[in-house]
Formats: sequence, structure tokens, C-alpha cells
Amino acid sequence: MIGGILSLELLISALRMSVPLTFASLGGVFSERGGVVNIALEGIMLVGAFGAVVGTYFTNNPWIGLLTAMSFGFLIALIHAVVSISFRINQIISGTALNIMATGLTTFLSRLIFKAAGSSPHIEGMVQWRFPGTNWQISPLIVIMFAVIIISQIVIFKTRYGLRLRACGENPYAADSLGVNVIKMRYSGVLISGVLGGLGGAFLSLEHARVFVEGMTTGRGFIALAGMIFGRWTPLGSFSACFLFGLAEALRMRLEGFGIPTQFIQMIPYIVTMCVLVGVVGRAVAPAYDGIPFEK
Amino acid sequence: MAEYILETRGITKHFPGVLANDNVEIKIRQGEIHSIIGENGAGKTTLMNIIYGLIRPDRGEIFYRGKKVEISSPSIAIRLGIGMVHQHFMLVPPFTAWENIILGKEVIKNGVLDKDSVCSELKRLMDSYGLSVPLEERVEDLSVGIRQKVELIKLLYRGAELLILDEPTALLVPQEIEELFEILDNLKKQGKTVIFISHKLKEVLRISDRITVMRRGKVVGELEREEANEETLARLMIGKTLESPQLEVYERGEEVLRLEGISLPPKLRNINLSLYKGEILGLAGIEGNGQKELLEIITGLLRPEKGRIFYKNREVQHLDPKSLRELGIGFIPEDRQTTGLILDFTVAENIILGRHDKEPYSIRGKLNLPTIKKTAVDIVKDYDIRASSVDKHVRFLSGGNQQKVILGREFYFEPEVLIASQPTRGLDIGATEMIHNLLLSARRRGMAILLYSSDLDEIMTLSDRVAVIYNGEIVGILSPREIDEATLGLYMTGVRKD
Ligand SMILES: Nc1ncnc2c1ncn2[C@@H]1O[C@H](COP(=O)(O)OP(=O)(O)OP(=O)(O)O)[C@@H](O)[C@H]1O
Ligand SMILES: [Mg+2]
Repeated sequence: MIGGILSLELLISALRMSVPLTFASLGGVFSERGGVVNIALEGIMLVGAFGAVVGTYFTNNPWIGLLTAMSFGFLIALIHAVVSISFRINQIISGTALNIMATGLTTFLSRLIFKAAGSSPHIEGMVQWRFPGTNWQISPLIVIMFAVIIISQIVIFKTRYGLRLRACGENPYAADSLGVNVIKMRYSGVLISGVLGGLGGAFLSLEHARVFVEGMTTGRGFIALAGMIFGRWTPLGSFSACFLFGLAEALRMRLEGFGIPTQFIQMIPYIVTMCVLVGVVGRAVAPAYDGIPFEK
Repeated sequence: MAEYILETRGITKHFPGVLANDNVEIKIRQGEIHSIIGENGAGKTTLMNIIYGLIRPDRGEIFYRGKKVEISSPSIAIRLGIGMVHQHFMLVPPFTAWENIILGKEVIKNGVLDKDSVCSELKRLMDSYGLSVPLEERVEDLSVGIRQKVELIKLLYRGAELLILDEPTALLVPQEIEELFEILDNLKKQGKTVIFISHKLKEVLRISDRITVMRRGKVVGELEREEANEETLARLMIGKTLESPQLEVYERGEEVLRLEGISLPPKLRNINLSLYKGEILGLAGIEGNGQKELLEIITGLLRPEKGRIFYKNREVQHLDPKSLRELGIGFIPEDRQTTGLILDFTVAENIILGRHDKEPYSIRGKLNLPTIKKTAVDIVKDYDIRASSVDKHVRFLSGGNQQKVILGREFYFEPEVLIASQPTRGLDIGATEMIHNLLLSARRRGMAILLYSSDLDEIMTLSDRVAVIYNGEIVGILSPREIDEATLGLYMTGVRKD
């Protein structure tokens, strides 16, 4: 039985499960490295999932769907940025409010547009990319994800932008005293997280389900944040963590045929998340000014 | 070329309830070291923040090299050639020294930070000013003295011509201060202008070409070095001259605190020490020799690995800080902003901290606000704490006034033993004198005081006995009447040992 479970197929499935988490988690890295906690990622993923379906439904082009997802995510993030950076409202409150708003808004619009409760009609998925000379296929979004992981790792740790962004999360007053525009940097981090979170949501609806289901993110935004913490606010670390969570989810799906009550099996990814958080988080240190509004 | 590199005219700045700067005019000559002195809350930091573009004045003009300038942000100040080392350092702790230095003025190659060329440029820069710091190390792992140098290199790297140093010596040990002064002399030789802020008149007289004195937001005097001495400066600053504190004959009372074989490898080894009623026991040592750990053990913040502590013959090394305070051991911690105060609590709330759950401040679990307020008002009055009200957040008090809140709190409840760590660090001469007098009158009343200070003058004038700590051991217990500072220095550096 073990052999049947741990196979290449399982790993591939784990990778696919980890894609939405990874995108959102990378978004979290950008936001929190700049000093803004973004629990609105849950809602951002949801509007991303919704945007992807709407865009694709009207144009029959999943790439347009992808763009729609990113812009929806961007808009939610923009609200979060205005509220928590410019108006210095508590970031958790802003995030929570946006999550509630995202659930209500997507449900309402989905019923309005698709004239049906519960879910949208099925849509065309993305055309898979074929490895040259083989039968192997891969989703373009997975390729994009790997590119984004590597680029993020470089941007955050090797570039001017990354240095300034991290400074704003660690000591915005020091950054400010050196002429770095803290407000602008924090906005950029949050907006990037919106775009990436939107992409994560798009993968859920475009690739996994090929349909938008109300509330379909089911806490993945939060799991992505756990992955970011487990990954110590680094892109590579976050990906590794999200892959682990993806594995747990893949395992869950594989185990569903074995007669164990599904309620228990469905708990697996969440239990893994909690164990990982309890076991590791004590030692992970967040940016010193993460979550603290910058006030002159 | 203009004689003055910087001139301000009519700078005025209100904060809620205080006039921090009132028509301030200062003139800084090209190439001089210019000190600005004044009591706590006189408005020195506010003025410097205005010159550096961190805050906007309500009114007033700034002239840089003879031209009127609008400094609305630090980047404009930096572009003009003005740099500032802040009273509380502005560093990013987890960044390395070189990352801290280049932040905001990065060098880029192929889209990424060009570390190699930055580091070689920084090495050249450090050589030319006789400065050196480990560029690859994280700032959080560096000592205060080195962090200070990182701040200086930050300015020089930006090509600063006018360097503002806000109380740069407050956190340094004597050797580091001397080193800093050599660096400043060196900078002056290379044509830089320095604005230097300090409360230590000796330092000011040693390093300055000219001195501006501020008082309650106004400039009250501008002197050439030759016209100034400690008396004239003190009189300008606080309106009276200072008397150095006098220790009356010391009559040792009974023993109240005894340390037996306290060890915490590798920081502390076999410390034996007794503290008697009615004495001030000075603790001298260069930072990092274990005094911080020793004080934390005595006050219950840290547990020793071996050894015992007796308070009036009762074993107390296992007690937590709260129980120790209730027994009568007061503590003035070294770092007022993180350990001593809760910056976002009001003055009144900070004053009853630690007693907030006791009558009369709390009755059946509910805070008794009128009594709390009354106690706070009394303390604010008795200790001359400059705060517009006791409901003001401590964050907005000047450094010296923050320290007075702690002192007021500890003295008000009259402990039998007082552990005072750096009680006058960052305080002006008037406040320092007041605290010295408070310590002496407490001693007269029979309080047993353990005083740690990096200011050797303070240790020598106030202590009945001085214990010197070096490398985690007490290397001597000396009588300050029988030795001089140089001898003390020999013990502190481990050259001599009893
Ligand atoms: N951000 C602020 N909000 C309100 N009041 C302030 C603020 N900054 C300073 N003040 C007040 O302005 C006055 C001047 O403060 P400032 O820090 O300039 O004094 P200082 O001369 O630097 O004192 P010190 O020697 O203690 O550092 C003080 O009364 C202080 O409480
Ligand atoms: Mg000051």
C-alpha cells in the first residue's frame, strides 16, 4: 500500500496542489518583508479564482482570465494598502474585513453573472505546455511559478528594491532617515502580494476545478501564510513549506479510497500545518516591524 | 565661499503642549566642531531633526552655504551634504554593516547589488578617516561603539560635509569616546564640519571650537571655546553653578545583600559581594565584562548556574523580579526605553507599573485612577519631570525626562536595596546633579545602593567602595579615596588584580 501511495504520480500531484499555496505565500513574503501583514491573502485568492473564471468565461481565453485574476487581486490589495498603510488601521482588522467582503462579493457576483447558485459553468482550462520531444505536459502556471520563485529570491536578497523593502520591514525609521520612501515601498510589497495571490487563486479555478465554486479557497490563504512563516519569509523556504502542505493534500486525496472516514482524511493538510507551525515557528523570527504601521 | 556652512533663522516648532524650538538662530562655521548643549528637553534633537528634514518647523528659514534651502525630507538634506547620527541609532539590526551603510545609496551592477565594489570603496573610505568596522557582520552582533562607527561611515559614504552627531558619546565607554574624538579631529582636518551634542561639559570643552547653549527651546548663548569653562556653561544651561556632591563619613550598617559564589559561565565566575545599609557600592567595568548579567541575576531577570543570593539572610536567587521588588529591592535598568518603561503607556501608568495590582492603585481588580493620577502628579512635581501632563505617553518625553520617570517610580516606593544601572546616562547636568543628590540622600536614610555606571567620574565621586569587574570576575574592591582614575583603569583592563 505504501508503495502505491508514494509514487511519482503523488509527487506530481503534490506539486500541483502546492502551486496556489506557493503563489500566495510568495505574495505574503513581499508584503511582510515590507512590514505589512496581509491576511487578506485568503480573500485575494478567492477573487483571483473568481476573476480567472469570469475572464475566461467571457473571452474563452484563459490568459485573459489570468490577467483578470491578477487585477482583481491587485484591487483587493490596493484597498488593504490604502487602509493599513495610508490610514494606519490595524492590519489584521483590514485583512479580516477584506476576507469577509471577498466572500460576499464573489458569491453575489457569481450568482449575478452565471445565474446559478453554488458554482459557475465549466470553462476551458489552459492549454498545457509539452516538453519538446516527449509526451510530458506541464501547466504554464507551474513554469511561471518556478520563474517567480527564483526571481523573488533574487529580488528580495540581491537587489536594491529588496534591500529597501526589507529595511522597511525591519526598521522603517532607519530607512526613512536615509531617504527611502517607506510608504511607497510598503505599497509595492502589498500590491505585489495582491497580484501573486490572484495568480494563486487563478490556478485553483483554472487548473484544479475548471469552475468557480463559492468559497473555494477554504483557508488556503492562511495555509499559505503558515508556509511563509515556516519558510522564514524567504521565497525558497516558502516554496518548500508549501510543497510539504501540497504533499499532505495530495496524500489526502489518495487516501480517500481506503475506507477511512473522509472527515478525518480531510483534516490531514490542516493537521500538518499545525504540527509544522508548532514545531518550527518558535524559532522563526518575523521582520521586526511586521504589522506595525509607520508613523512619522 | 560663505563663512557659515549653516545658519538658521527664526526656527519655531510647537508640539502639543510644548514649544520645542522658539525662534532658534544658530550659525555653524565651515570646518569647525560646534557643540550644542542644553538641558533635557531644551530642543536640541528637535532642531537637528528639522535641519535634517525629519520634521518640518512651523516657521523659520535655513541657509546652507549662504543659500536659502527648503529641507522637506532627509533625502534633500543628504543631497545638500548634511548627515546625521541619531540619539537612538537608526540601524537595521539584521542587516550586515555594509548593507546598512549603502541602504538608500546602493551600487548596482547587472541589476543586483554590487557588493564587491561597494566593499572595496568602503575600505578605502575607512582607511582615509582612520575608521574600521567589520563590513560582513550583522549589526545586531556588533558592540555599541562599532555601531556608532557604522553610523559615521554611513554619513561619509553619502559624502556628508556637515555631520550632526546627537549625543554620540552617551553610550560609549571612555576608551571609545577617546577614539571617537580622534576620528572627529581627523574629520575636521579633512575639512568636514561637525555639530556635536553632549551633556558632558568636559567632552564639550575638549572637542569644540564653538559652543551654542539652548534652554527651553531658545538659544541663550554662543561662545568661543576660549571664553567657556564649566561654570559659565552650567550657569547658561541651568541658571546656576554646580557643586560636586559631597560624601559624608561612611558608617557601614548591617549587611543586606550578599552574593555567594555566583557563576554563569562563560559570563560570570564565582562572584562574592556584600552590600551594606547606608553605602553606595560602585561597580566599575568595561562593557561586556559581565556586569549586565550580574545585575540581571541580582534583580531576578536571569538565573545563575551556581551560587546563592541572600537578602537579609533569606535566600532569594530563585525569586522573580516581582517578588524581589515586593521584598524591597528596587531596580533602575540600564535601557530605559525597552526595560524601564512601556513607551506607549502614559506617565501615570508607567509610574505605578509593578504596583498596579496592589492597593491603593487597584481595588478588587479595578484600577483606582484618581489615586494613580495623584501619585503621578506628585512624582512629576517632586522630580521636575517635564511633561505637559501625566496622561502623556512616555514616548514623547525627552530622554532625560523618561529617565526621571523611572527614578521617581523607584524612589517613591523607598526600597531597602536599590540596584541602579547607568542612572544618569543621557541626562543633562542639572538632572544628573539632582539624581546624584537623590542617591546620596537615600544613602543617608540607610538605603543600600549598588551603582553601575560607565562614567568613571560618577563612580569615583559617589561610591564608598568600588568593585571592579573584569572578564566575569571581581578583580578588586577599592576605596575611591585612596586611588585615582588611572589605577581604576588598570583594574578595569585586567592589568592589575588583587
Ligand atoms: N514627537 C514629539 N511629540 C511631542 N512632543 C515632542 C516630540 N518630540 C519632542 N517633543 C518635546 O519637545 C521638547 C524638546 O525635545 P527634544 O527631544 O528636542 O529635547 P533635547 O534637547 O534633545 O533633550 P535630551 O537632552 O533629553 O535629548 C521636549 O519637551 C519633548 O517632550
Ligand atoms: Mg535629544
